[in-house]
Amino acid sequence: MQSALSLSFSQTSLPLANRPLCSSNVAPSFTPRNLRFCGLRREAFGFSPSKRLTSCRFQIQNRRFEISASAGNGAPSKSFDYDLIIIGAGVGGHGAALHAVEKGLKTAIIEGDVVGGTCVNRGCVPSKALLAVSGRMRELQNEHHMKAFGLQVSAAGYDRQGVADHASNLATKIRNNLTNSMKALGVDILTGFGAVLGPQKVQYGDNIITGKDIIIATGSVPFVPKGIEVDGKTVITSDHALKLESVPDWIAIVGSGYIGLEFSDVYTALGSEVTFIEALDQLMPGFDPEISKLAQRVLINPRKIDYHTGVFASKITPAKDGKPVMIELIDAKTKEPKDTLEVDAALIATGRAPFTNGLGLENINVVTQRGFIPVDERMRVIDGNGKMVPHLYCIGDANGKLMLAHAASAQGISVVEQVTGRDHVLNHLSIPAACFTHPEISMVGFTEPQAREKGEKEGFKVSIAKTSFKANTKALAENEGEGIAKMIYRPDNGEILGVHIFGLHAADLIHEASNAIALGTRIQDIKLAVHAHPTLSEVVDELFKAAKVDSPASVTAQSVKVAV
Amino acid sequence: MAVSSSSFLSTASLTNSKSNISFASSVSPSIRSVVFRSSIPPSSHRRVMTVRSKIREIFMPALSSTMTEGKIVSWIKTEGEKLAKGESVVVVESDKADMDVETFYDGYLAAIVVGEGETAPVGAAIGLLAETEAEIEEAKTKAASKSSSSPAAEAVVPSPPPVTSSPAPAIAQPAPVTAVADGPRKTVATPYAKKLAKQHKVDIGSIAGTGPFGRITASDVETAAGIAPSKSSVAPPPPPPPPAAATGKATTATNLPPLLPGSSIVPFTAMQSAVSKNMIESLSVPTFRVGYPVNTDALDALYQKLKAKGVSMTALLAKAAGMALAQHPVVNASCKDGKSFSYNSNINIAVAVAINGGLITPVLQDADKLDLYLLSQKWKDLVSKARSKQLQPHEYNSGTFTLSNLGMYGVDRFDAILPPGQGAIMAVGASKPTVVADKDGFFSVKNTMLVNVTADHRIVYGADLASFLQTFAKIVENPDSLTL
Repeated sequence: MQSALSLSFSQTSLPLANRPLCSSNVAPSFTPRNLRFCGLRREAFGFSPSKRLTSCRFQIQNRRFEISASAGNGAPSKSFDYDLIIIGAGVGGHGAALHAVEKGLKTAIIEGDVVGGTCVNRGCVPSKALLAVSGRMRELQNEHHMKAFGLQVSAAGYDRQGVADHASNLATKIRNNLTNSMKALGVDILTGFGAVLGPQKVQYGDNIITGKDIIIATGSVPFVPKGIEVDGKTVITSDHALKLESVPDWIAIVGSGYIGLEFSDVYTALGSEVTFIEALDQLMPGFDPEISKLAQRVLINPRKIDYHTGVFASKITPAKDGKPVMIELIDAKTKEPKDTLEVDAALIATGRAPFTNGLGLENINVVTQRGFIPVDERMRVIDGNGKMVPHLYCIGDANGKLMLAHAASAQGISVVEQVTGRDHVLNHLSIPAACFTHPEISMVGFTEPQAREKGEKEGFKVSIAKTSFKANTKALAENEGEGIAKMIYRPDNGEILGVHIFGLHAADLIHEASNAIALGTRIQDIKLAVHAHPTLSEVVDELFKAAKVDSPASVTAQSVKVAV
Repeated sequence: MAVSSSSFLSTASLTNSKSNISFASSVSPSIRSVVFRSSIPPSSHRRVMTVRSKIREIFMPALSSTMTEGKIVSWIKTEGEKLAKGESVVVVESDKADMDVETFYDGYLAAIVVGEGETAPVGAAIGLLAETEAEIEEAKTKAASKSSSSPAAEAVVPSPPPVTSSPAPAIAQPAPVTAVADGPRKTVATPYAKKLAKQHKVDIGSIAGTGPFGRITASDVETAAGIAPSKSSVAPPPPPPPPAAATGKATTATNLPPLLPGSSIVPFTAMQSAVSKNMIESLSVPTFRVGYPVNTDALDALYQKLKAKGVSMTALLAKAAGMALAQHPVVNASCKDGKSFSYNSNINIAVAVAINGGLITPVLQDADKLDLYLLSQKWKDLVSKARSKQLQPHEYNSGTFTLSNLGMYGVDRFDAILPPGQGAIMAVGASKPTVVADKDGFFSVKNTMLVNVTADHRIVYGADLASFLQTFAKIVENPDSLTL
């Protein structure tokens, strides 16, 4: 353990050296406010108002012994090897680890594969690289669009390997960044598959370590329904697709959620034709109906895409013996055979399954539900008897609450808050989601039907405000006027229930709304905030201004929040 | 000249931008006791009123003053789907544009009477709108009786191949589908091929696939539709004679010899039907042709000078024709009733342009009065509007004289068919270096272009046309007046 600590000494030259003052075993005695301050604004430490500085100094004196021992990472609790052990170094585990160190916990993270997990290596990150390429291809191929700018471009083409390299280089870069950020803070990165041996005890490889608290963050793997044979060449999952080893002439994409949609954007831009296979009755289930309708008119209909809805792919055979990929479709309801497709490749994007096998959950009497680890609203693991397992948490895809990288990270931070003595419940309704097609789709909170149902049940009125990108100067300057933003809100008190955006840079625009929801900001207050002109953010601004709220602006609301 | 805009046209997209139009639906008189209230405000308690049912007919709207019938491009809503006031329900293709049609009423799309790809006269019921879910069934029964004469919607939609349904080869009408019933072989077509087939009205079942595993690819469809596979570029032919001949026979279609194997029948688009109709009409007009060689050295030089300022050859030629017409009003006149001259107060030059799967003649109004720069600018606008199918009726049907140019293909001369309602049409060939002898017998090489005018001999006589051409040649050979 001492050797593990030595890692962190390289960091002592940084102004972070006094971080551990917030650390370690007596942590619960700290007032949360100081903790937060120390953690969040460490660089600004020396320049802080004297009052706060004093409070920190006071802690330094209390803790002089630990500081010398544990620059960077916290000192372990007396009876445990670590304060916090995280199993799985994906984005969720990473977020938790960083926050834990910030809170002064001595932290270890166990990874059996590569640091970064799905998001960085086989998910969000490389797919963004491919989408960056597809966006540009789309633009360059759109003669009309170019002409409208007065630009002349000769035929656009691409080099498949070059595109693939861009994606893998990006993944490598981000992975290194993640690894370095944890090393820099002194998180012990332990290699091996982690398993829970018993309460507060974890095994990785042949080693057994103990931790005061344990977070399971093992994530998920692509879900492949039975009957589908994945060969990694012609029948593939997102894991393979992101390597872009080939660009088939015709690819069937099973599932029209985020993953399927994004890949359809990539493949059609690179020249493939796409056939969607969707089990539900309409494409893009889960999106606000209005948004999915518009998205279909922009992202599906004009492109080289067709689709079969209300069908399951009951059997998919990879291409072999001179035969193409065969897909058997059955009716989703009657299960009767409907059709057979012959395509060059099939991408299985039917969702993701939790990766929780071999975690030793039986040792602590935890029974998974369809592979997911049951947790309560504080991410505390619930065992087979419905009882809370002490000191054991599960975050991210493995608990299935909201399978998004940033949700996992937020859950991890929430757990760290709790184990360091500050109760915290994450509001999942404030977590935004985005689909990075061209143009992008983003959303936070309820869809319109969900909100209306809730309104009916709880007896409040629901109103809708809408704005169009067609009216936005910046969007028009970019010749990208296609798109809408839609807000669902309560006219009586100005609460934002949901915001959905389809249009240029929608993924970046959603945060004003998600922050407002997270902080409980009401429309009547946020509508007074100023947006730079001309920017796309005015689309959201217009949304707030278009809302008709009965209650007046609370004059003090904002100033109060600033003071906190 | 039209070729300068060819790259614009090659990507003509049919669905990109559409205008919205609302249909006026009314209570159909044939249904049970009906209360007509123009529009019921959307209220959540709508269902309370089920006692008084309403089934409204959705009419084929008149999208332009000239429209007599429209084709259903696609139903945005499906049967049984709920409609809210103001939502787009159906896309209709008139002779020149695709338009979204919106509903004025809340309700349910109870039945589709006229399916995708089918045509209906203006004012005919194309669908039924039920006010409540309960009435959908009733409306469907009604629709069934209505559509018994026309084939059901599914028969026409060329989507997923349900392996040739062949109940009886008895042919009630010359439907395009009946051609080849080729056993159990499964038709496999790529998504884009299916889209193109739908767009070009090609029956996908009749195409032999040449792609991998015998599948039908986009280029197979393009070949079948008779368009160049590589994004067909623009050819501005004159009102083409072949369709005229074809439709001439088509009237006796039932007697046509059976299709050769591998061939396919591609129904006309609305635009192609309009061309065909016009061409047949032109047969009733006695026409004659006069040709004239024009030296273009000076014009070419001028064009080189003005090109940088955005002046196009089309604008130059239109301007020259306009100025010549100003001096020969009879060539700009037309014969409407066979008894009189109709002199036009404006000189509006229509210029033939080919767009994907069609031909259209955007009109440069007052070509004699506008200056070259304005004309060129206007032409650009017209072409981009034509490409997006957004031309307003007055922008394509107000021509008093037509210009058709095939010079860019190296065509040295051709003759054009006179469009109905106009007195003359000018066919312009390529400008080529030609050895000419002057009056002293000296040879020289000059760029010469042959123009050939077809005119209605009821009003325009040989001498009229000859002197008009002489004036035109003079203007072109001394083009400085064009820039005034």
